[in-house]
Order: sequence, then structure tokens, then C-alpha cells
Amino acid sequence: MIQLIVLLPLLAAAIAGLGNKALGKLPAKILTTGALFISCALSWPIFISFLTGSAEAHVTPLFTWIQSGSFDAQWALRVDAMTAVMLVVITSVSSLVHLYSWGYMDEEPDQPRFFAYLSLFTFAMLMLVTANNLLQMFFGWEGVGLASYLLIGFWFRKPSANAAAIKAFVVNRVGDLGFMMGIFGTYLVFNTISIPEILEMAPSMAGSTIGFLGHRFDTMTVLCLLLFVGAMGKSAQLGLHTWLPDAMEGPTPVSALIHAATMVTAGVFMVCRLSPMFETSQTALTVVTYVGAATCLFAATVGTVQTDIKRVIAYSTCSQLGYMFFAAGVGAYGAAMFHLFTHAFFKALLFLGAGSVIHAMHHEQDMRYYGALRKEIPITFWTMTLGTLAITGVGLPLIGVGFAGFYSKDGILEAAYAAGGAGTGAFLVGIFAALLTSFYSWRLVFLTFFGKARWAASEHIQHALHDAHGHDDHHDDHAHDDNHHAPATGTGGYHPHESPWVMLVPLIVLSLGAVFAGFLFHDQFIGAEGGIEFWKGVLSFDSHLMHAAHEVPTWVKFAPFTVMLTGLLIAWLAYIKNTDWPQRFVATFTGLYTFLLNKWYFDELYNVLFVKPAFAIGRFFWKFGDVGFIDRFGPNGLAALVVQGNKVTRRLQSGYLYTYALVMLIGLAAAATWAMTR
Amino acid sequence: MDGFPILSLMMAVPMAGAIACLFVGANSARWIALIATLVDFVLGMALWANFDQSGGGAQWQFQEYAPIFGKFAWALGIDGIALMLIALTVFLMPICIGASWNAINKRVGEYMAAFLFMEVLMIGVFTAQDLYLFYIMFEAGLIPMYLIIGIWGGADRIYASYKFFLYTLFGSVLMLIAMMWMVHEAGTTEIPVLMAYNFDPHVQTWLFLAFFASFAVKMPMWPVHTWLPDAHVQAPTAGSVILAGVLLKMGGYGFIRFSLPMFPEASAQLAPLVWGLSMVAVVYTSLVALVQSDMKKLIAYSSVAHMAIVTVGLFAFNQAGIEGAMMVMLGHGLVAGALFLCVGVIYDRLHTREIARYGGLSINMPRYAVLFLFFTMASVGLPGTSNFVGEFLALMGIYQASTWVALVCTTGIILGAAYMLYLYRRICYGEQVNADAAAMPDLSGREIWLLAPIAAVVLWMGVYPESFLKPMRPDIRALEARLAPAAPAGDSKIKMGAPKPAGEAHEEVHHEEAPAHGEAH
Repeated sequence: MIQLIVLLPLLAAAIAGLGNKALGKLPAKILTTGALFISCALSWPIFISFLTGSAEAHVTPLFTWIQSGSFDAQWALRVDAMTAVMLVVITSVSSLVHLYSWGYMDEEPDQPRFFAYLSLFTFAMLMLVTANNLLQMFFGWEGVGLASYLLIGFWFRKPSANAAAIKAFVVNRVGDLGFMMGIFGTYLVFNTISIPEILEMAPSMAGSTIGFLGHRFDTMTVLCLLLFVGAMGKSAQLGLHTWLPDAMEGPTPVSALIHAATMVTAGVFMVCRLSPMFETSQTALTVVTYVGAATCLFAATVGTVQTDIKRVIAYSTCSQLGYMFFAAGVGAYGAAMFHLFTHAFFKALLFLGAGSVIHAMHHEQDMRYYGALRKEIPITFWTMTLGTLAITGVGLPLIGVGFAGFYSKDGILEAAYAAGGAGTGAFLVGIFAALLTSFYSWRLVFLTFFGKARWAASEHIQHALHDAHGHDDHHDDHAHDDNHHAPATGTGGYHPHESPWVMLVPLIVLSLGAVFAGFLFHDQFIGAEGGIEFWKGVLSFDSHLMHAAHEVPTWVKFAPFTVMLTGLLIAWLAYIKNTDWPQRFVATFTGLYTFLLNKWYFDELYNVLFVKPAFAIGRFFWKFGDVGFIDRFGPNGLAALVVQGNKVTRRLQSGYLYTYALVMLIGLAAAATWAMTR
Repeated sequence: MDGFPILSLMMAVPMAGAIACLFVGANSARWIALIATLVDFVLGMALWANFDQSGGGAQWQFQEYAPIFGKFAWALGIDGIALMLIALTVFLMPICIGASWNAINKRVGEYMAAFLFMEVLMIGVFTAQDLYLFYIMFEAGLIPMYLIIGIWGGADRIYASYKFFLYTLFGSVLMLIAMMWMVHEAGTTEIPVLMAYNFDPHVQTWLFLAFFASFAVKMPMWPVHTWLPDAHVQAPTAGSVILAGVLLKMGGYGFIRFSLPMFPEASAQLAPLVWGLSMVAVVYTSLVALVQSDMKKLIAYSSVAHMAIVTVGLFAFNQAGIEGAMMVMLGHGLVAGALFLCVGVIYDRLHTREIARYGGLSINMPRYAVLFLFFTMASVGLPGTSNFVGEFLALMGIYQASTWVALVCTTGIILGAAYMLYLYRRICYGEQVNADAAAMPDLSGREIWLLAPIAAVVLWMGVYPESFLKPMRPDIRALEARLAPAAPAGDSKIKMGAPKPAGEAHEEVHHEEAPAHGEAH
């Protein structure tokens, strides 16, 4: 059954991709979407069987991949509680995104290619989560990277999309360098890359040291940190995060599936999967905690000033991934997985909702040109509101009832507080980031759905109106002029339409997840007792930590609730009550605003540090190394010498170098003959 | 197939074809060449099918021996390593003939004859069991390639062919002198005997350097690589395919057949030199590839970077490294060959290699875009393609010897992604800025038939490399055993920590040993 779940998307991708135009749009869509719904339908029973505790972890071997000496990597599909969680997340979100794309990509001529890429991605992601060894995980890891590259650059005529695609691939490769080095090191230390075997042996290596780059370090710290660099790349953690916001160049369903719900969580999955390994190195865990907390804060600050609706959600994703990492860093792996699970639903919902808004607003993505959409696209509005309630963690502390994010995010914050040490810092950062999360999430809702309509100033809306006029009235040249002098506010006569049902159904289904996923599953994921039974040791579930997390002081439990309300209040004051506040803030704190708007200048820094020097050094090596030195003093210098010599011997010889070379060869052959026969 | 001289037959068929091609018209020459290479391909597959892969049999199979004079003999025989390289050769040859079908229309008979003669010599290199026979095949291989570049090449072909010839001949003089000394010392020209002969370690260094001069140029290693971009740029498409596909592998084959087994002590002693040159090559040529505006030059420079992974793999002195190096050679032979074919496809249409003259080909050449993307990804070393298997094993092998070398060489996966995706973007993505490029038709049936089989094998090699690793395993295990006494110790020696319980002290021994001797015992 697991073979079907994993391979159906591959089969569908291959047929739709290679058939492409010959196959036609509709068959390609039916095939890929159908395959995903079957995979999804097969995945839920597996997840439920793990929830009820009736299933055991098992591995389905396929065939040999790479063997070399004692190195042995098999293709195999592992199913355990962690895989089961990921299976339902991937197949559910993917099938809904496939369905949603029927509507969203309806005008796209190149649909078979798009659906083939989506299915290919799903296959690679499933290979990643079912891996029983590090190499197959790396296969899935690179496979999702490929699909991400292809989908970000799906609109390949757009230079910005191409640049974003390459950036995503290359930055991820920096992480992959760490992952590969981590695999090399792991194999060297444990003589195997099978994950269960490594995890079993890892504790015995605690405290040992290893030589690395000429120095000696703690073995497990080196291995964990190398692997973690890979996780940082894939999960867009601070330093290697720069590709994720740019990845929003891809179609919105892609952002929902790959850059929110599934692929970017692969790093979190990896750390949790290898948690017994990370548990052997306190240093590595501390690094994970700090990197997670730093990313959480960084991305949340940047998210507060972005005006592109997708970029706000992208930074929100980056920030939420930070939460998951510091949860793992403090040892609350169950909480990390739980947040991964709930986040997949509400973040996919938010992205697909944003897609629905963009669809309604004729591809306008700038929230400054939105407003007052509440009445125009009510279902999108209500589902996105549910998503926002989920991400901001609305719920009633003490009573313990709330939306999905309430269980998972509060669980992380409480665990961080209970863990102490680096966790205390992470807790404080997390609380502050929760305030920002609430602020930017409600800001998004208020700017989009409330206030006055500001559509008329949007170029995209203008195009839409212009096109409509063009079709309706070919002779009315004045309409064209009028549009260019349209007022800055108002509807401009544009009427947004609610999206078709194929787009609304996924929104509604995902809202169910955003509302109920926390309430239904929190005991299995993070309950002190329920967790032990659910995880069955596939991750280092710390029951004591979870107990402690449930018994943190009341103010700790109320802190997220309070900052959530504060963020909401600020957003309400600034974007509904006093709409001049944002301008006044910008005027007062211009420096801070510019710093945040430019994303802490990471892109500029990397451009100066890496991109430009790479090209400059390349040019230098080429012009001065190869041409100016090696060739000049090598073959060309020799040639000049030979030409000089030729002047002397010209009368005797033809003067062509290759004649000499051939004579030399014959002479050598003669010498060889002599050497043998003497 | 005992006693049947299949290896000689595999050389006789293209030889006969080559002679026939010289005396017939253009079209007949094309068909003769295609049929001869296809027959050789079938023979090669029969060779593979009859090769004993169990590892229990003899290392050298299909041996033939016919004394000519003195110690010099027509001695042939193959092991698994040679088998794989022969398979690569006979697989690529019909594709090369197909790629030249319409592109070459002057002196077709001579052109086809040169190609067929080259096939004879390439098979000869991989089958020769006599030192001098190897030398003759190895050096004579220059002649047809030199002619192919010099006669059917681009505008600047004379400079390129001369540079190619001069460079590659330079090393071979020293190699021949070393060979003569070796025959004198060991009293035999038989390669299998020499592979087990223990030369004096002091002399080994000189012998190693003499061979190194030849193999490093052939590889090519930095800094003797500058002939390759020029040769590729000027060579006709099929010439580039065979140059990248097979001729570059002769250097690696030389290392694995001569330098490592015959001079193990010197190899170990000079390994840091090889590592250093390879590390420079990976970073240097990758950066140079990034700034190229000529497609063929870009791929040529990327070849140098990939070949550097081969050399670090070989000089890792363990099974993973050497098997990885072999897989990189096979994978690179296919992928670089296919990339040159991809360049040839659009060169045939627009007659320029300037990257900026293309753009947006995904729109008017979707099939081409798919195949080019596939080979681009294979070149980048995406798991599931042939190159990943090789690069991964080679780098894993070198990690056991030196973490620094592994780190520097692994940056190749980042730089490789950068220059290849940048190339792909400029050719296939973006808007159609050049009207003539936008009017180019998609792949013809012939072109699909050239590229699709390579794609299939690349995928096969990436998903189930066992088919290719298995025949080589016993030979590489034997080589590893031969190298083991001299192999340098790794730099990541594990020491168990003080807080460990005394009962687990035995662990320490195991892990201390592991990196130094590889994991294969």
C-alpha cells in the first residue's frame, strides 16, 4: 500500500509530463489529481492506525541502490508514526492544491507541465519522509529541490522567476553541502547510513572526539551541525533563508504546497527524525535553539512591513519554522512535529486564500491596493480569518480550547520555558515573535478585507478594466485615457469575483484542519502520556519535559494569549481606527523601517560577498590564469620557440609542427621496438 | 565464449569499416560506419553478458595472446573496469556517427574512417595487456582526433589541434621512457604481472611522475587543462562527444591501471599533490565556467571540474573513492557527451556557440528543453542520475582520507549548480529575444534517437548503479588491497571520550582503524 502511495504520484507525473500537449489538459489534470486523492485516501488509514496505536513501524524494502564496500544504501519505504504524520500532511495538502490549481491555473496554456511538476514534487517529498537511510532522504531532499526550482521558475519568461528559481536551487545546495558532509562523517563514524542503526549507536559515541578540518571536535556535535546546515538550507533558517521570499515568484498553489506546508518543513522533519542523534550533543541542540529563535524573530520583524500579500505569508512561514526548530532545540520534538502538522493546514489555507484574493484582484499582490474585499469574496474572507485565528493561536488558556495554532504554538512556548537554559531565551523571543505574528497576520486581514477599496490605483486592475473596455467597446479611446488618470482610491469600477468552487472547497477543507487539528490530536503529539504511546520511540519524546510544560506558571500560559490580543489591538488601531498611523510610524522611525523593508540587507550583503566576487574571480582566473599565464608560458611560448627554431631548419623541413610531432612519434615507436628486441 | 577472440573481433569490425569507408561515397560511408559501430555495440553487450561478474572467477577474462616479436605481443584481456569503459565506448560510437549524419558533408568517407579507427584504438587502450601495445594504442589515439579537429573543426581549428597534440604528446615522451625502464627492471611487458611487481619506492616516485605527466594532461588536470576548452570549441559535435565521453577517461584509466597498482608507495606519497591540484581545479574551473559566453567552453571547463572529482576519488585509496571515480567517469562520459550533443543540436541550426544568441528555447523547442534540462540536472549531480552516484562515492571516499579535500571538492556541487543553471536559463528560459533562434524547429526524430538512449542509461545508472558497480567490484577490491599498506591515514581519527565506561574501550580500536584502511574488509 505504501508503494502505491509513493509511486502513484510519480507515475502520474511521468505520464502527464511526457505526454504533455499530446495528452491534453484535462486528462493530465484528472490523472495527477486522481492519483493524489488515491494516495491521500490510502494515507489517512495509516495515520489513524498509528493514532489508535494498532500499527507498528515497518520497512518495505524495494531494491539495492548504491553498494560500495560496507556502504550499503537500499531503496526502502519506512512507515512509522513520524512518516504517518508526514504522509497525511503531504498527500492531503497536495491533493487539495492539485484541485485548487484546476481553478487557479485555468487560463494557463501549459497545464500538463504544471500538474506533472506538482505530482513529481509530491513523489520526491514522499520519498524523503519514507527514507530508512540518510541517502534516500537526500534523494528526496534534492528531488523536492528540483521540483521547487521547476515550479518557482514555472513562468520561465519572467526574468524575476528565473532568478528566484536559480537562487532557490543554489542556496539550497549550500545547505546540501552540509548535509552531504554530514552523511560522509556519519558513515565514517558509524560505518552505516541506516537511520535506525545510527540512532541506536549514537549514544555510545557521546563524548568522543573526531578530527575535522585539522582540528579536534566532539564527534556528535560535528555530525549534527553538518546535518543541521542541510536542514537550515531547506527550511530557510537565518543565513540561508534568502531564497524563500523570492520563491514567491512561483504560482500561488506552489507556495502553499512547497513553500509553506511541506518542503520547507523537511529540515524540521530531519532534526526530529535524527533526534536521538541530536540528543547526544548539547552544543548542537543549543545551536539549533538559537538559530530557530533568531529566525523566528528576524522573519517576524520583516513580515510586519512587507506589502506583497505572499511575501508577508512567506516571512510568516520562515518565522513559524523558527518556532519548530527551537522546539526541537529544547528537546520538545513532539511539539515541533505538532506545529509542523497544524502549520501545514493553516499556512496552506492562508496561501491558498491569498491566491483566491489575487485571483479576484486580477493578479494584484500588493495589499496597498486591496481593501474592503470582505463583502466581495466572503468565503475567502471567512476561511482566511479562520486561518489567521489559527496562526495567531487564538484559544482560551486554562480551559484549553482553541484553534490549531493555540495548541501547537503555546505547546512550544511552554516547553521552551520549562526546558530552561537556552530555552528561556527562546521563550522570550518566541513571545515577542508571537506579538509580531498576531500584528502582521491581522494587518494582512485588515488591509485586504477591511477599510476602503483602494483598487483603482492598481495597474493590474487597470489592465483588467482596460481589457474589459477593449472587448466591450472598441471605439471608445477615451476610456483608455480615463483609466490612466484614475483616482488613487475607490473601486475604479472593478468588481472582484469570488473564486470557483474548485478553489473554495480546498479552502473550506483546510479551514477544518485549521480549526480542529489542534484540538483533535494534541494529546497524541504532545501529551505527556499520549505522546509516548503515539511516537513509540521514533523520536526522542521527553515525557518529563512535556509534564513540566503543562505545569508552567499561569503567567507563562497567559503570555501568548496576551501578546496575541496586543498584536490584534495594534493592528486594529493602525489599520482600521487610525489609518494614518503607519505613515507616521514610517516618518518617525525611517531608519528602522528601511532596515526591515530591505530584509536586514541580507540580499545586498550576499551579493557583495559571494555573487559578484564569484564572477569577478572567475573572469580573473580565465583571463589572467588560463590565457595570460598558462597558455602564454605554456603552449604559446613553446610555439614561439619552435617558430624561432624553424627559421634555422626551414630549408630542411616543411616547417609544420605536426610533421615534427609525427616524426617524433615514429621515432619513439622505433626506440620502443629497439628496447624490446635487444 | 571461451577461446573466441571477441576482443580482436571488436577491433577488427571498425577497422574493416574504416578501410571500406575510404573507398566509397559519402552516403555509403555513413551507413558502413553506422552498421560497423552498431555491430560493435552488439558485440560489446555480448561481452558484458558473458563476463563473469561473480568475482569468483579470474580477474582477467577473454584473454588473447599472440607473440609478435621479442617480448612484444598482441596480448588482450579485460577486467570489469575495462569492460565498463569498453561498454561506454561502443555505446557512444553509434551516437557519434548519428550526430555527424547531416553535420558533416565534406570528406565524409575520411571522417567516418577516422572515427572508426579511433574506436579501434580506444578499444585497444582498454583491452591491451602488453605495456607497449597499450602505449601505441594510447598515443595513436591522438592521430584521428587530431585529424578530426584539424580538418572538420571550426574556424580556429589549426591552433586548437596543434595545442591538443602538443600538450598530449608532451607527457607521453616521459611515459615511454618510464615504461622502457620498467620493462628492463621487471623483465616483462605484461600489464597484469607489472601490476603486482614491487618497484623500489625511491624509483617509484620518478616512474609515477613520468606517468603522471601523461595522464594529468589526458585527464586533464589543472594547470595542464587549457587544451581542452580550445579542442572542444573547435571540434565538430561528434568529436567533442567522443573527446569528453571516452578520451578524457583514458587518463583516469591510466591512473587506475598503472599509477595506483604499480606505484602504490609513490601514489600515497604524492597524493597531496593530486589532492591539491584537484581542489584548485574544482574551484578554479567552476568559477571560470561561470563567466563563459561560449556554450562549448562552459561545458569543457565543467568537464575539468568533474575530472578533478575523479582524481580525488582515485587518490582516496579506498573502495568507495575508486568506485566513485569510475562511476563519475562513466556518468560524465554519458552526460558531457549528451550536453555536447545538445549544443550541437542548436549549433546545427544557428551556427553559433554564443549563449546570448539563444534564449526562450523552451517555447519553440519544448522537447529539446526537456532533454537539455535532464542532462543539466544530471551534470549538476542530482540524485537519481548517474553523476550523483559517482560524485557521492568519490567524495565520501576522500572524506575518509582528508576532510579538507572533501569540503573543498564538495563546493563543486554548489558551483556546478550555479554555472549549469545559469547556462540553462540563458538558453532555454526567458523571452525569445532573437528572431532566428525563435524560429528554430524542435528536435527531429534522429536527434531524439541520439539523446533518448543516453537519458535512459543515465537514469538507469542513477537508480540502479549496481549493474555497473558489480562487474568492477572484485577488481577494485583487489586494487584497494594492493594499496592498503601504503594508503595514508585519514585525518578524522575518532577517540572515545574520557567519560565512557571502561567496558567499551574495544570500540576505540575499531574506529581508529576504520578510516585508515577503508571499510571494505
